[in-house]
Amino acid sequence: MNPINFIVALSAILFAIGVLGVLTRRNAILIFMSVELMLNAANLAFVAFARKWGELDGQMFVFFVMTVAAAEVAVGLALIVTIFRTRRSTDVDDLSQLKG
Amino acid sequence: MNELLVYILLGAVSVVAALGLLFSRNAIYAALFLVLNFGVAAVFYLLMNAPFLAVIQISVYAGAIMVLFVFVIMLLGAEQLPAADTGVRIKASRFVIIAGVAVLVASVMYALLTQSSGEAATYASDPAAIGVMLYTQYAFPFEAVSVLLLAAMVGAVVLTTRDAK
Amino acid sequence: MAIKDLLTVTAPAICAVGGTLLLLLDLAIPRGSKSTTAWAAFAVILLALASVPAQWGVSTSGFAGMVAADGYSLFVDGLLAVIAALTVLLTLRYNEARGIMRGEFYPLMLFALSGMMLMGHATNLIIVFIAVELLSIPLYVLCGFARPRVDSEESALKYFLLGAFASGFLVYGIALIYGAAGTVSLTELTAALSGPKPADSALLYAGVALVLVGLGFKVAAAPFHMWTPDVYEGAPTTVTAFMASATKAAGFAAILRIFLFGLAPLMETWQAPIAVLALLSMIVGNVVALAQTNLKRMLAYSSIAHAGYVLTGVAAGGDAGASAVLFYLASYALTSLAAFAVMIALNSGEADENHSLDTYAGLGRRKPLLAFVLAVSMLSLLGIPPTAGFFGKYFLISAAIGSGLTWLAIALVITSVISAGFYLRVIMTMYMRDGKNEAPIAGNWPRAFAALTATVATLGIGILASPIVELINTGIKSIVR
Repeated sequence: MNPINFIVALSAILFAIGVLGVLTRRNAILIFMSVELMLNAANLAFVAFARKWGELDGQMFVFFVMTVAAAEVAVGLALIVTIFRTRRSTDVDDLSQLKG
Repeated sequence: MNELLVYILLGAVSVVAALGLLFSRNAIYAALFLVLNFGVAAVFYLLMNAPFLAVIQISVYAGAIMVLFVFVIMLLGAEQLPAADTGVRIKASRFVIIAGVAVLVASVMYALLTQSSGEAATYASDPAAIGVMLYTQYAFPFEAVSVLLLAAMVGAVVLTTRDAK
Repeated sequence: MAIKDLLTVTAPAICAVGGTLLLLLDLAIPRGSKSTTAWAAFAVILLALASVPAQWGVSTSGFAGMVAADGYSLFVDGLLAVIAALTVLLTLRYNEARGIMRGEFYPLMLFALSGMMLMGHATNLIIVFIAVELLSIPLYVLCGFARPRVDSEESALKYFLLGAFASGFLVYGIALIYGAAGTVSLTELTAALSGPKPADSALLYAGVALVLVGLGFKVAAAPFHMWTPDVYEGAPTTVTAFMASATKAAGFAAILRIFLFGLAPLMETWQAPIAVLALLSMIVGNVVALAQTNLKRMLAYSSIAHAGYVLTGVAAGGDAGASAVLFYLASYALTSLAAFAVMIALNSGEADENHSLDTYAGLGRRKPLLAFVLAVSMLSLLGIPPTAGFFGKYFLISAAIGSGLTWLAIALVITSVISAGFYLRVIMTMYMRDGKNEAPIAGNWPRAFAALTATVATLGIGILASPIVELINTGIKSIVR
């Protein structure tokens, strides 16, 4: 297996672990960290494919994904802090509205 | 052959760190495992001809995003997670998603094992090349992302300021 | 970057720049008179709306092929601008009563609107990703705007966690498509996929599936709909109205461009999965809606069902499918906005919000005009002629039959019949039952104007169906492929 395929395979595994984390974790902060792992897996794949195609474009995508991730973190953590102030808990099972 | 050994070693560290995030009972440890994972990713970026991204990865992810996470965890005093919070309780309905992701990983593996293409191609990836591309071909997403950052900033302020009523 | 490029994204750019200026302007507006900010936002949206007819007829791409301006994107711009303008009118009294009349509400709404408009302009998957985030992040905040009310905060957190999860799928899907095809530009993808199949078709299919999952979350298609009822119920009703009508239109604008135009060569691969999603959404949405006693939750499930109807048109594919989808989006958006306008009118008083169906009993006698608006809206959602909903479903059904999906068309008809169970119940409650709820409803002319405009549009789109279809078809012909 050449390095590019190795990294793409690794990114698929990391992505799957991220998905598992979102589905099994109950704490909002940890769910959010698992989402970050998923985004990071996508970044790894982008960089590997950029090397495969010999284009800089793949690296540009990583830039934008990182920026978006930073914006998400700002809003997401603000939300988590706000909800903790009112409810004293970051456990998503405590969301009384979780009926769906 | 030695090179492959380096990849396998780093890959193992990366997967172990991800599993640490999945199973850790302490939120701070989980965050540190994630930092380790991001650090390994930065090394992979270096190996994959993306030195600038490697630096950004360390400074933005490890330096800003993860510090913010650790800060919030400590601020809220949410380090210790309840014993139930490990990767064992999975609702039956979620097996569908898990099965879907398993199929995905399998198909990616299959695609990678059956193809012979993917020889490394070299290209300029120094900061200058990235800068030129960012302000020419990628000028529009760059502008759009700047609006996004402004919106996120306003949003974070709106959500956290206490009203002076 | 030249002015020529900037003109390809006129309406979204007006909204983004307007939102930024509004942030500054808002500093000078005193706390008690934030409705001035609302009117300024209204003016910005009208300006964006005015740019649509001014540009009608163009078909160009700009910014190195990242975005395009064509009849298709302009139609979406116009529709979204109308929805946003009406929503602003609905917020005036409601936000005041709920204590969320803060200046930041409107800039955030404009940012979300510019992201939504961008969804129709994007001809590159990375722009689709950025546009999705640009519409989602302000909406997360708007959902939580009624903090410290717990239901609003929970709605925001739930929307945020699932939205971020969905973005993860979307971006990984884009990465896999890039790996398989070497490009994420929709026009280049069409060219690359038209020839012999690429060697990595497994990667490609996995990527397309993930993109579908990511966007399926945004438009609330089953089985990715779990967040919808809770988020819709907990968010401030004005935000729910905006989300239900505008986000759905924007999400489908991107889905249409990606699947019907960018990935058109792969149609036989994605047609069956999308048809299955459509079927699931129609069944889940309509059947679960039957059991609801809360109008807001009922409309949430109804919106899942309508995502299913629209997906039927996507699965039908081709220009006929695209035209039917655009028509249906316009009719659904305006119809649901009318329904939400009535809910907002009933909950703009001092008392806490209550969306239980019982509070609508006797509305036909107490407030005949509001009852009429809600009744027309329910009939249109159900698909009774001569409302917009009837023609919308008619076009969807004929598009589906035209491309051999007769079974899906039959499912659409059957599930629509099921939906009569809850839509008609609302009408019966209003006109046949005597209500105990005698809380006075103060008049408010911007709100009344918005509700009546939406209702007139619901009836008008039905009556003027053929010129509107004509307009949509001209738009689709000029699409940049």
